[in-house]
Amino acid sequence: MSIATIFEIVLAAVVLGLGIWTIVVRETYSATVGYVAYGLLVALIWVRLDAIDVALTEAAIGGGLGGVLLLGAAARLRDSEPTVADAPGKAVRVCAAILSALTAAALAGAVLVLPDPAPTLAPAAASNAWATSLANPVTNVLMAFRAMDTMLEKVVLLLAIIGVWSLTPDSAWGGRPGPRHQADPHSVLVFLARLLPPIGIVVGIYIFWTGANHPGGAFQGGAILAAMWLLAIMAGLADTPPVRSRWLRLVLIAGPGLFLVVGLAGLLFGAAFLSYPPAQAKPLILGIEVAMILTIAATLGLLLAGAPERSARQ
Amino acid sequence: MSLLRDIITIVAVSAGAFFFLAGTVGLLRFPDTLTRLHALTKADNLGLGLVVLGLLPQAASLRDGFKLVSIWLLGLLAGATVSQLIARAARQGESAR
Repeated sequence: MSIATIFEIVLAAVVLGLGIWTIVVRETYSATVGYVAYGLLVALIWVRLDAIDVALTEAAIGGGLGGVLLLGAAARLRDSEPTVADAPGKAVRVCAAILSALTAAALAGAVLVLPDPAPTLAPAAASNAWATSLANPVTNVLMAFRAMDTMLEKVVLLLAIIGVWSLTPDSAWGGRPGPRHQADPHSVLVFLARLLPPIGIVVGIYIFWTGANHPGGAFQGGAILAAMWLLAIMAGLADTPPVRSRWLRLVLIAGPGLFLVVGLAGLLFGAAFLSYPPAQAKPLILGIEVAMILTIAATLGLLLAGAPERSARQ
Repeated sequence: MSLLRDIITIVAVSAGAFFFLAGTVGLLRFPDTLTRLHALTKADNLGLGLVVLGLLPQAASLRDGFKLVSIWLLGLLAGATVSQLIARAARQGESAR
């Protein structure tokens, strides 16, 4: 058994243990911390599987932004942790356990009966890579061969932000999400919020740009840009924009909007919906991705900022 | 030459792993927040630095080497800032009690 195999077995065991611990532990806060660590370790597993693109996304979303979102939820829930009296009865818990066990067994069964070798479209994707002149096969699949899925994914992001905004109380509608953070201008957080964003913006754009040929892309880059924006907001250097701002709404629909326009142009002038002419494929894909990285950064930032709580003037 | 580079890598990465281990033991065994932070940040900064130092001879190009060093610098920045923030929060929590 090689060292790599031992490392993989240990990694899988730790991830399983952490997953079980996250479910079993009682406090919401501890479960969230466990979940963040779980996300980072799952990213390591994706690296071992040579899926660097997925690993980057898992680390940024599963470990990073998702963790912050859950931490915020845990902080809000702290005052209303369910007491022993509210806890579900034994029958409910047994039913939930049986349902979970059945789902896990069905998933395990489905994985075990997969044909070997698994049916794959990878050779077809690789042999048609010339059509887009992008060297990263993941970007090829996401932006060209399965562009429809990616476009719908961006629409889902838009729906998510509408869902968050729909929790706004009437008095705050059109206002700014979250509290106005005030920080001592000489504090460490403000120092970091001044020092890190220039570096983070460069890294975010680099990860987006390199996504054409290497692991990376608009989602991972957008997550980093969103993190930089949130850092400035949390340090009180910037304020969240009022949700009635027309510019903000334009940025939110820019990605899926441009995607849809290009798709319809393909329907009118080309072979099918979302078909790009090979000669213009790369500039078209890059254009869509530029709009998408802005949309993703704004959407992820606003998802974390939450529903508007105060009027735009404050 | 490649043997020398491999030896540097093995020694430095092992030393880095030792510091990570020491930091983790400190995190688990030390009595209060400030000493735990001390163990964690000192060991992490040094551990990550030694791992990066050990990986530098294996870098394929100058560019990869720069990327590795910048990972360490970003790790230093994040570690130092976060430990300051946690320490401040811990001290305020104590004086409030």
